[in-house]
Amino acid sequence: MKRAQFSSPLLPYLLLAPQLVIIFIFFYWPSAQAIQSSFYIEDPFGFGATFVGLENYAMVLGSAEYLRIARFTVFYTLIVTFLSLTIALVLAVKADAVLTGASTYRTLLMWVYAIAPPVAGLIGIMFFDQHIGPLVDLAAVFGWDMRVGVNYYDTAFAMVVIAVWKQIPYNFIFFLSGLQAIPKHLREAAAIDCRSELRRFWTVTLPLLAPTAFFLLIINMTYALFDTFGIIDIVTRNEPANNPVTLVYKVYLDGFRSNDLGSSSAQSVILMVVVLLLTMAQFRFIERRVHYG
Amino acid sequence: MSRVRPFDHLLLILGAFFMIAPVVMAFLTSTHSSIEIHQNGLMLSMGDELVATYTKVLTHQGGFTGQVTGTTMLMNSLILGVGFAVGKIALSMIAAYALVYFRLPLASLFFWIIFTTLLLPLEVRILPSYEVVQGLGMLNSYSGLIVPLLASATGTFYFRQFFRSVPEELVEAARIDGAGPVRFFLDILVPISRTMIAAIFIIMFVYGWNQYLWPTLMTNDEAYFTLVRGIKTILLSWIGSQIPDYNEAFALTILAMLPPVLIVVVFQSWFIKGLTESDK
Repeated sequence: MKRAQFSSPLLPYLLLAPQLVIIFIFFYWPSAQAIQSSFYIEDPFGFGATFVGLENYAMVLGSAEYLRIARFTVFYTLIVTFLSLTIALVLAVKADAVLTGASTYRTLLMWVYAIAPPVAGLIGIMFFDQHIGPLVDLAAVFGWDMRVGVNYYDTAFAMVVIAVWKQIPYNFIFFLSGLQAIPKHLREAAAIDCRSELRRFWTVTLPLLAPTAFFLLIINMTYALFDTFGIIDIVTRNEPANNPVTLVYKVYLDGFRSNDLGSSSAQSVILMVVVLLLTMAQFRFIERRVHYG
Repeated sequence: MSRVRPFDHLLLILGAFFMIAPVVMAFLTSTHSSIEIHQNGLMLSMGDELVATYTKVLTHQGGFTGQVTGTTMLMNSLILGVGFAVGKIALSMIAAYALVYFRLPLASLFFWIIFTTLLLPLEVRILPSYEVVQGLGMLNSYSGLIVPLLASATGTFYFRQFFRSVPEELVEAARIDGAGPVRFFLDILVPISRTMIAAIFIIMFVYGWNQYLWPTLMTNDEAYFTLVRGIKTILLSWIGSQIPDYNEAFALTILAMLPPVLIVVVFQSWFIKGLTESDK
């Protein structure tokens, strides 16, 4: 904390007020609503609600469909996280190693960050389009009759490719910044001690990058869980019937399409717990890094 | 270290190609007519319909009700992006200022009230958020579009970290010179935060511009559609028709990505600074 501070009876409260008001109305109030309605079965026409305790949770967690979607979500999150982290790491290590053109490569590789997920989704489905998509033609060369939007696994494949494509630049920026922050003398010492580049990477570079990698791991899992909503919404073409979706998409489907408020709220709360655990892990890490700095 | 590494370059070129090719191809395809695209698939050459297609999507009244043009959506996206970024910076700067520079008895309580918002994304409380905004009569309005998105502490966290790294001598000197808290904030703190503000502005603009789920839920009046929100409309009209307007769909896609991409590329160093120093 600062030693030299202002003291004023009113001003700090006035400065905090706008943010607090917005947070209470648009964060705490709806969050409390979600928790509350997860214990009720609400009449879809708004004529009151019945308290049912944990019944919504029991129904959600007992439903085969929910468990299927949960399995897909776990699988999807892990594979998107793994692929976008490893590809970005390889590219960042290479961009850090080359002396000429490093900044050009950085520019070429980072800007996709600025594309919105649903926009990436739209570009994606055009590439996977049955009629005009070049990727479908490419798959056909290998005897793969790709039918995105119809076949469950093909749709999942397209979703993963688009989500990874969209996320690589973000990871790349962080990995490259992390690599460039490694002091020069450390690299030189390592280069003298160890001739093998690959060994040097495993024993010196990677441990130094570990905090960045851990931070990105959490961010990427959150990305795959929540931010890919737009990609999924576009790739499934508004017809999620036989297509893979993630848990957050199911919250939206049950809440807004089926008007099943109790179930949707219970699912929200389950996701809140998941993301709470993820973010707490992230916070512990940020605290540690602040100490290092 | 100084030897040429052809393999590294090859890998980087492949990576860059993988990132760039889809967008370049989308742009090139948008310059052809829809019939041509229908017959030949995506294009690798420049067509001659560039001006015609882009003029059409920018001025032609499309959508379900025929009320909205690409220009309207472009304006709405700008209002959302700029409004969100400015709102975020203003709110979080003054809140962080209060937290760092004032003796507040309940400072840590306020800190936690604000920072808990980082724990839960909008997506998990989407339905009750919608109901709150509906209850307040804010559906289909710019304030309803922007204000609920401001209810998170990313900016406050960032500015708090930055303010705490500002040397204490500065505030001491200002006080000796007789500057009050408002003067200190406006004349000293804001000017030295300039590059940080710029960096955060870029990140927040991109974030606001790229919003999808929230605008999709709370705007059904097409006059408030943003370009990213409009993507869904493009898609729906696309599935239904005989020969889809591929060219127009691609043109709108390019328009929807152009401003944020340009800003990120042009202000690269600020953008990276803000991104990596603020921990998102």
